[in-house]
Amino acid sequence: MHVPEKILNNYDLEKIVDTSDEWIKIRTGMFERHIAADSEAASDIAYQAALKALDSAGIRAKELDMIIVASVTNDHAFPATACILQKLLGAREIPAFDISAGCSGWIYAANIAKQYIENGICSHILIIGVDLLSKIVNWSDRNTCVLFGDGAGATIISKAEPSDISCFIDSHISSDGSSYDLLIQPAGGSRQPASEKTVKDNLHTIYMEGNKIFKLAIRSMNDACHIVLKRNNMDIRSIDWLITHQANLRIIEALGKKLRIAEEKVIVNIEKYANTSAATIPIAMDEAIHLGKIRHGDLVLMATFGAGLTSGSLLIRY
Amino acid sequence: MDVVAKVKEIIVEELGVDENEVTMEASFIEDLGADSLDTVELIMKFEEEFDIDIDDEEAEKLTTVGKAIEYLKTKLAE
Repeated sequence: MHVPEKILNNYDLEKIVDTSDEWIKIRTGMFERHIAADSEAASDIAYQAALKALDSAGIRAKELDMIIVASVTNDHAFPATACILQKLLGAREIPAFDISAGCSGWIYAANIAKQYIENGICSHILIIGVDLLSKIVNWSDRNTCVLFGDGAGATIISKAEPSDISCFIDSHISSDGSSYDLLIQPAGGSRQPASEKTVKDNLHTIYMEGNKIFKLAIRSMNDACHIVLKRNNMDIRSIDWLITHQANLRIIEALGKKLRIAEEKVIVNIEKYANTSAATIPIAMDEAIHLGKIRHGDLVLMATFGAGLTSGSLLIRY
Repeated sequence: MDVVAKVKEIIVEELGVDENEVTMEASFIEDLGADSLDTVELIMKFEEEFDIDIDDEEAEKLTTVGKAIEYLKTKLAE
């Protein structure tokens, strides 16, 4: 994982918009978030995270067979951030592409990677969830600007050796396009190309119907978890850790209650990073591993939800 | 099923308020200290407990205990 250096806490936000530390904490559980510098783009943060992932996996960039970047804040409208990353890493000529699945992007990428490993085409795939939402939030909208932070989480998914304990057990992904407009950056695409008016009307920033998203997030993540548990004949009690998308502490708590998982098994780091979109789950996992919480052999269930509206789950043995 | 008693029980549990405060006139936000996310969770709980769907526009109108009970009674009679 990698996050930008600059930290913005709730007290800093009090000076920018009409909000308070208490309001933010009660409704979201957030306190600090990392914010990218003007000069930093998604590929810069993703590159740092990728280097750490390669190092920890003991893989050289030249050994990668595919790069998948999940982001909604790419360096450019095109080409793909994955291609820029490919250049930065000095990877071979391999497939490198981006996917757009909002906050669910990293789990979508993991799900895609699994197919390419299983069918034997790839041995090592780099997947990255990276988002710099600070670049597209409306800094005058107190309901959304406090919610997001910047960061990247990188993971190498490799073909298993017979001696490996770690394994990718199962993953489920889904979308419900009927509510696509509840969470959207309206302008900048072919529907509303950039113009003086779109800029003036703040249409290049995040628009979200928070209350509706809140409800759908809890329901979709709950469903996604049950689907993989059922498919693998597992009970929630056998899960060692639950990592959900870190969008709001209240969503995480409500989901934990609904799933009937013990509170101490739920990984939460939202107070330090806020919602880093596609990066929340890999960042939370990386931190939990380094803190010695998640150990080799542990069963980890992950659940996500994001723009689209996308959702998904991932079950691994670490 | 005693809808009134069940609704009151859910409200007491979800909002952590005293049963005496849950009068028909009580507003979830003004009187019972709920914030907007609490009201969403409350609606979700009604949906689960009574096995119904409450659409978002209807949900927004259910601002008091009495309004919620009236709505649920009608909905359950359908």
